[in-house]
Amino acid sequence: MTSKFRTKKVEVSYGDKKAIRDISLDIEKNIITALIGPSGCGKSTFLRCLNRMNDVIENCSIKGSIHLDEQDIYGPDIDPVELRARVGMVFQKANPFPKSIFDNIAYGPRIHGLASNDSELKDIVHNSLEKAGLMDEVKDRLNDQATGLSGGQQQRICIARAIAVSPEVILMDEPCSALDPIATAKIEELMNELCESYTIIIVTHSMQQAARVSKKTAFFHLGDLIEYNDTDKIFTQPENQKTQDYITGRFG
Amino acid sequence: MIRKSIQSRRARETRLKIYGITSICFALIMLATLLISIGLNGYSALQQAYFKLDISVNTEKFVDDSGAPDNNKMNLFNWDGLVQSALREFFPEVKDRDEKKELFAIISANAGYDLKEIIKKKALGSGSHTLSVWLHLSDDADQYLKGRLSIDIPEEDRRINNKQIAWVNSLVERDIAKLKFNKTFFTSADSREPESAGILGSVIGSALTLFVTIMFALPLAVMAAIYLEYFAKPGKITDFIEVNVNNLAAVPSIVFGLLGLSVFLSTFGLPRSAPLVGGLVLGLMTLPTIIIASRASIRSIPPSIREAALGLGASKMQAALHHVLPLATPGILTGTIIGMAQALGETAPLLMIGMVAFIIDIPTTFTSSATAMPVQIYMWSDSAERAFYERSSLAILFLVAFLISMNLLAVVLRKKFEKKW
Repeated sequence: MTSKFRTKKVEVSYGDKKAIRDISLDIEKNIITALIGPSGCGKSTFLRCLNRMNDVIENCSIKGSIHLDEQDIYGPDIDPVELRARVGMVFQKANPFPKSIFDNIAYGPRIHGLASNDSELKDIVHNSLEKAGLMDEVKDRLNDQATGLSGGQQQRICIARAIAVSPEVILMDEPCSALDPIATAKIEELMNELCESYTIIIVTHSMQQAARVSKKTAFFHLGDLIEYNDTDKIFTQPENQKTQDYITGRFG
Repeated sequence: MIRKSIQSRRARETRLKIYGITSICFALIMLATLLISIGLNGYSALQQAYFKLDISVNTEKFVDDSGAPDNNKMNLFNWDGLVQSALREFFPEVKDRDEKKELFAIISANAGYDLKEIIKKKALGSGSHTLSVWLHLSDDADQYLKGRLSIDIPEEDRRINNKQIAWVNSLVERDIAKLKFNKTFFTSADSREPESAGILGSVIGSALTLFVTIMFALPLAVMAAIYLEYFAKPGKITDFIEVNVNNLAAVPSIVFGLLGLSVFLSTFGLPRSAPLVGGLVLGLMTLPTIIIASRASIRSIPPSIREAALGLGASKMQAALHHVLPLATPGILTGTIIGMAQALGETAPLLMIGMVAFIIDIPTTFTSSATAMPVQIYMWSDSAERAFYERSSLAILFLVAFLISMNLLAVVLRKKFEKKW
């Protein structure tokens, strides 16, 4: 297995407060990796380091190194804008732009100039919706407001929007936390299909979800990486007592 | 126990409600009193006393050799004499020089000029013409006919004497003089004679000034707001800028006038009394207001929208311009229109840069001399003539109407740009 991301001794602090400490882990290509842990354990912070979304936050400082395909993403020659085109992101709360469905998907390709004419753009939009399994549901109303869709559909719009830029990695920050079980099932199914061509890293609060979709799981606790292993191992025979306590519901 | 506390809570709620309703009623009564009193003072300015003259002119007297009307000759022609002799036909008994002077005082001093303008506009063919024209009576006669001049006080203290009253009455009886709609008020600029004064000049002056203001202040303020919200690194300098933006909003407007005087007029040598300079000064004045409103509006946009754009690889500027700004537009527009309304009603800074001039021409460009509505009101309310008093009241009503329509525009634009999600 080849690594997509290789992180070494990553430390993030907001002002004086350290959010995560000494995180070193390698994320494999074309599988789903789950980050689990109780609230405030730093898993979202770690995720946001991977596409430098933490740059937006004031007084956030990052130490250590993160390599994407052997390239230091905090290196001087890396433009965060370019990085984010390679590492897409889906957020906890579905956040479609208050525009039409078509414009939502087309926004990324437009700003990156991925389509040279209208028909190419249309193809990209249709392909992305197809991949996100939304095409049948929205094909007659591509010009409707995306914000008028249901929560699950909105979240899949966001996934389609991320795919449209053809990233290598998709980061998902608790993408199902606001969705009902049926919408969640649809998104999990979608993730399984997508991981053939994309590396997916998902932060989740639901251990069942981590167990269902991911191949590898990392357990975070109070800013430390406690355990990182195959999902089967973590959930059946964890090495660390804390992991054991968390997955059996004793805390968190 | 609980029941008792509920009772007292209810009583408190009712009391609070009553306080609220009372204060709203009080505010409404105040506003109504203000508007009604101004309205009662001003409504009569909608009418003006006119008198009808049958005048015969021979256009050959003021055409050049080719037969076209010659401005020079027209200006030299004795129009006043023409009007006066026509008026004297109604009162053949007036022979005495002093009496004649008194008689001519009941018609507008501008009557001859007005007649010339009417004839110029009519573009009569050559030859002799007889036409009947309506000309202004003087402001005193006008005020007398409207009942605004008390005739109970002794004759020598009055602006109109008994003889003149008799003449005016006789004109009215003969159906030669009457009150008609005061079109002049809406079609001309300022004048020394109340009957010839209008607000159009100041309305256009205000419009030109506000245009400059919005063109100058809006882009600057929006860019400043975006910068402060999204790009400025937090620190001492940013804090300093923020504090000073807020301070600027509280600076007395006359200070901006002084600034305009020393910077725009003295240093840059821009023309005095020009809407361009007025607009720049008012723009500086409204800049902080719009910046503060724009920042509040930008901050109210959910950060998730911006994150979504950034997460797709949009640059900071793209995220701001493509997504945040369109959503913040209604709030920014509201702030802008509030700022504009403030600028529209502002007098003090305009006094400093010379927009308080007596200007009888309607301004046509950004650099021609102009005045603004509030300054016009200020100048009229300062005049001795009673007729200017009602005109300034009507102008105030006009200004208020202007403001209300601007606010309506704000509501309409808000509705139009507001998006739901």
